[in-house]
Amino acid sequence: MNANLNPKLFDLDIELVPSRNGFGEGLVLAAEENDQVVGLCADLTESTRIQAFAEKFPERFFEIGVAEQNLATVAAGMALGGKIPFISSYATFSPGRNWEQIRTTICYNDVPVKIIGSHAGLSVGPDGATHQALEDIAIMRALPNMVVICPADSIEAKKATIAIAKNGKPSYMRLSREKVPTITTEETPFEIGKAEIFYEGDDVTIIATGQMVYRSLQAAEELKQHKISVRVINCHTIKPIDKQAILKAAEETGAIVTVEEHQITGGLGGAVAEVLSENFPVPLKIIGVKDHFGESGEPNELLEKFGLTKEAIIKAVTQVIRMKV
Amino acid sequence: MSQTALNIHKLEEKAVLIREDIIKMLVEAGSGHSAGPLGMADVFTALYFHVLNHDPKNPDWSERDRLILSNGHICPVRYAAMAHAGYFPISELKTLRKLGSRLQGHPHRTSLPGLETTSGPLGSGLSQATGLALAGRLDQAKWRVICLMSDGEQDAGNTWEAAMLAGKEKLHNLTALIDRNNIQIDGFTENIMPLESLRAKYEAFNWHVIEIDGHNMQEIIDAFNQAKAIYETPTVIIAHTIPGKGVDFMENKWEWHGKPPNKDEAKLALHELRTLQGKIKSEHQ
Repeated sequence: MNANLNPKLFDLDIELVPSRNGFGEGLVLAAEENDQVVGLCADLTESTRIQAFAEKFPERFFEIGVAEQNLATVAAGMALGGKIPFISSYATFSPGRNWEQIRTTICYNDVPVKIIGSHAGLSVGPDGATHQALEDIAIMRALPNMVVICPADSIEAKKATIAIAKNGKPSYMRLSREKVPTITTEETPFEIGKAEIFYEGDDVTIIATGQMVYRSLQAAEELKQHKISVRVINCHTIKPIDKQAILKAAEETGAIVTVEEHQITGGLGGAVAEVLSENFPVPLKIIGVKDHFGESGEPNELLEKFGLTKEAIIKAVTQVIRMKV
Repeated sequence: MSQTALNIHKLEEKAVLIREDIIKMLVEAGSGHSAGPLGMADVFTALYFHVLNHDPKNPDWSERDRLILSNGHICPVRYAAMAHAGYFPISELKTLRKLGSRLQGHPHRTSLPGLETTSGPLGSGLSQATGLALAGRLDQAKWRVICLMSDGEQDAGNTWEAAMLAGKEKLHNLTALIDRNNIQIDGFTENIMPLESLRAKYEAFNWHVIEIDGHNMQEIIDAFNQAKAIYETPTVIIAHTIPGKGVDFMENKWEWHGKPPNKDEAKLALHELRTLQGKIKSEHQ
């Protein structure tokens, strides 16, 4: 491994932090650096972690109330006025409820509004399916000009926040509510659009995003004991997708498994399939939620029920290797 | 005040020329909206030739007033007013809705310098104007934000979300104007979704409300001037207009909301405009 990951990566006492915390820290840093950064929230200030920014820069923070369409369009207007607005809510509401506003006033206008969708994925847990965004990557990925990022942990979320504050583009960042293992360190490389190899191997490649990167690393570590050499790629940027890393993996390992806490329709797996099928088709397994809504339950119970576990990844890896010609 | 400020009589003459160009553009395009652009020709003339602080030769001038057109479908009137003001050649108006044109069927910000935003999907303009006004206030800017809306888009929840926020934030650098022409694409507004009392609604959201005759140049100018003098509250001007104004067979007909004239209708429309609906005999060309 050369990605400077957490030395305690496979220890039982690895630190657990929600990725939304990294956004909260990153936004304060980005705002200290650039006074054009402003924050807007739709009545979820504490839980989306924009609160630290709101307390430090009250004159640059705007509470919009429960009005996600307004959240997106007011931010578009502020961006037209030269600001770099970060808007935070739960992903089901923003970018869920305000998709057309994002399409027209942010993407078609090509203004640098940063959409922060917290509480994405099944791991929202007991709140149930209404609050578990599983379609957000698909609806954001389809939009021209949009950058889509799903960090693996809080440190990466912090780096991504600072990076999107500077990229000058409409950007969507997907965050989790639940605490997830901190697998990266401050030294781990992060560049928008550049997927990183987190685990070296040459029999098969797992391309994962968000908290599924950790489970994929666990799967790779276990498969190593069975003499299966697995490459794990952290694909934090889903758009623009890192074609080069995907094609290199296809050529060098000959089979791919993708893993995401999202519908299999239109997500990371779809993005990878688009690259492979047109350029270098190899056997592919897509792990995600299979055209279902979630439900209430503890995060780990839900991930198990919907097949987003280390065991499911191991099974898919062994299947996809058998498909290799 | 604009560098090209004209007196009232000259403004009225300019509005007629803009109406003529709207008809010419629409017949050339073969699709588009007729009633709204004609009905708003006087407001656009007042804005581009008197009210707005702008520089057509320097559309990105940082001190310009920001004009947001929320109901993007009436863009023929904006394009015509911009061309007459000198943003681009009048001859370019005939490219409306054609492949490769900067004059998209609904306005696209990055296609044409001088457009402040992309619009068409209704109900999103007032909130963008509110965001711009917030940005201007943060920068202690002198420029003002003007947002033009249709009455039909007062049906949209997003409009009222914005109205609530602008009232909360006391955005006195924001002036909205509603084209109260009483029609929308499916019929008369009060049949589709009753809006009255619009005045009471906006007052309840902490806005200052002015009602005017949207075809009276002096009233239009006075209303925007009054809005500048109002402190600690945004202003909305409810401009009562006649859809299709200036062309007898289009006036007050909701059927003309969303279609262009054919060649014969355009000829008749231009004749009416050039003779001020028969009041003068010497038709200019």
